[in-house]
Amino acid sequence: MSADAVSNSKRRFLVAATSVVGAVGAGFVAVPFIKSWKPSAKALAAGAPVLADISKLEEGQMITVEWRGKPVYILKRTDENLKVLESDVDMLADVNSDASKQPEYCKNIARSYDAHKKISVMEGVCTHLGCAPKYVPDLNNPFAGSLGSDWKGGFFCPCHGSIYDLSGRVYKSMPAPTNLPVPPHMFKSDTVILIGQDGSNA
Amino acid sequence: MEQKSNGLMGWIDARFPATKTWEKHLAKYYTPKNFNFWYFFGSLAFMVLVIQILSGVFLTMFYKPDTALAFQSVEMGIMRDVEWGWLIRYFHSTGASAFFIVIYLHMFRALIYGSYKKPRELIWIFGMLIFLALMAEGFMGYLLPWGQMSFWGAQVIINLVNAIPFVGEGLSTWVRGDFVIGDATLNRFFSLHVAAIPLILVALIFVHIVALHEVGSNNPDGVEIKKNKDENGIPKDGIPFHPYYSVKDIVGVIVFLMFFSIVVFFMPEMFGYFIEHANFEPANPLKTPEHIAPVWYFTPYYSILRAVPSIAGSAFPGVIAMGASIVILFFLPWLDRNPVKSIRYRAGWYKILIAIFVITFIILGILGTLSPTDGRTLLAQICTVYYFAFFLLMPFYTKMEKNKPVPERTT
Repeated sequence: MSADAVSNSKRRFLVAATSVVGAVGAGFVAVPFIKSWKPSAKALAAGAPVLADISKLEEGQMITVEWRGKPVYILKRTDENLKVLESDVDMLADVNSDASKQPEYCKNIARSYDAHKKISVMEGVCTHLGCAPKYVPDLNNPFAGSLGSDWKGGFFCPCHGSIYDLSGRVYKSMPAPTNLPVPPHMFKSDTVILIGQDGSNA
Repeated sequence: MEQKSNGLMGWIDARFPATKTWEKHLAKYYTPKNFNFWYFFGSLAFMVLVIQILSGVFLTMFYKPDTALAFQSVEMGIMRDVEWGWLIRYFHSTGASAFFIVIYLHMFRALIYGSYKKPRELIWIFGMLIFLALMAEGFMGYLLPWGQMSFWGAQVIINLVNAIPFVGEGLSTWVRGDFVIGDATLNRFFSLHVAAIPLILVALIFVHIVALHEVGSNNPDGVEIKKNKDENGIPKDGIPFHPYYSVKDIVGVIVFLMFFSIVVFFMPEMFGYFIEHANFEPANPLKTPEHIAPVWYFTPYYSILRAVPSIAGSAFPGVIAMGASIVILFFLPWLDRNPVKSIRYRAGWYKILIAIFVITFIILGILGTLSPTDGRTLLAQICTVYYFAFFLLMPFYTKMEKNKPVPERTT
């Protein structure tokens, strides 16, 4: 090949090689930009476990604490409430919480520790689109209107009308697909709960 | 360097195509002479863009993208402390809704006169991309005042991502930059809203207009004016955009600004549709407002989302339907198989189909602002079925149309 002749195949090869190397380089440069959107070290630290004091919580009352920026409901149920959890199974979509999120030690009807059956800890985040369901213990409540006269207590999501029972199990044919998630939690003592860290049911 | 003319313009034209561009796109850009009312909305959309950029630049000077300060900087700073700040904010908030009104009418124009058909498919696709960018811009802008509806609206929409199997949860955390909507989310939405998306929008509008000026405007008769040119190569049914339509469009601008001013000065919240009432309360991540509805321009798609029931415990089908309701519009140029462009010369029953489509779209929009009941959900489902049937059956029914004769020239 003479010195001044144009080699098209060589040109094509060089263009292709340059493009490939350039594309790979662009791909690597994109990584820091994409990763910058992940939760920062500070946000991760804020996800640390929180303590909740339930010494003043009476039966039938609920408190809300914040963990990872989400509302976590701590509800102390009455004996009567616990009975309802056994009898309302026909109305529920996921009775045994098979499709729902909870630690293994809370995968039971009350969705709580056996030793602290009355205390239910759940994320107040509707599994449909993330609204905070309202606690509607009885019919003396502004939200009870559409719930019918045989209402036994539970949660009502004001956004799209999902209804949950008192252990956060969703009713059938609701927009929400699964039960309210139970976050990992453990009892430090009878009156102090650590939310965000697993315990065990032993 | 050779100068074609003397003086300052000659000097400039030898270095920059000023006169050339002016003539190509305005003074010698030939547009059909039969434009009607519907043809105001393209130039109006451009004017609203200017309003949004101007008011947005000034709002950025007073706004603080920080969850601790954002609400105060809007409701106290801009609305009360900054001189005329309230007016600039109402320009911007009213402009956002006006943008969508104008764009919806602009798209409707394209629908009835077949402006998406060959050779204008790319104009339509660029336009759809503009519409998408505009929705992103509106959605992110709505978070910035950090009111209750800002927060919970964003919460609901970002949680849609959660419904995507396998990657959903990681993806929504990535979008938020936190486990909840917080400072990280507000900051990145601010950046995208004031810098990234406006740049993309302007670029898309540029190519939208370049493509339009390459093939020329359609018109209410749907005939190509370039097919009938005089001895100078000028379309017989064409008139120069400037001064004919530039002057005509000013009339449109004045009428538009009359309505715009009425809203800005007398009903800036538009009874809770342009600025929702719950947004006058600062965002509270622990308390959901009694009723959550997106701003009106998103409600038709939100209705479609809610109309589709969960399948196998996943809200994903609804998300797919909502996405599909927008994606399907991109394919309009190929779904419609009728060679006749304008509705004037198409079958009478096609006009009825379009009328029903408009009604269903409006019903979906209204339902999206209301809380769902069994009856409303059923109505939304019927409308959703019609919405998709209208487009998906188009390849079949548009072939069966009996068209009227299309004239050679504009009427």
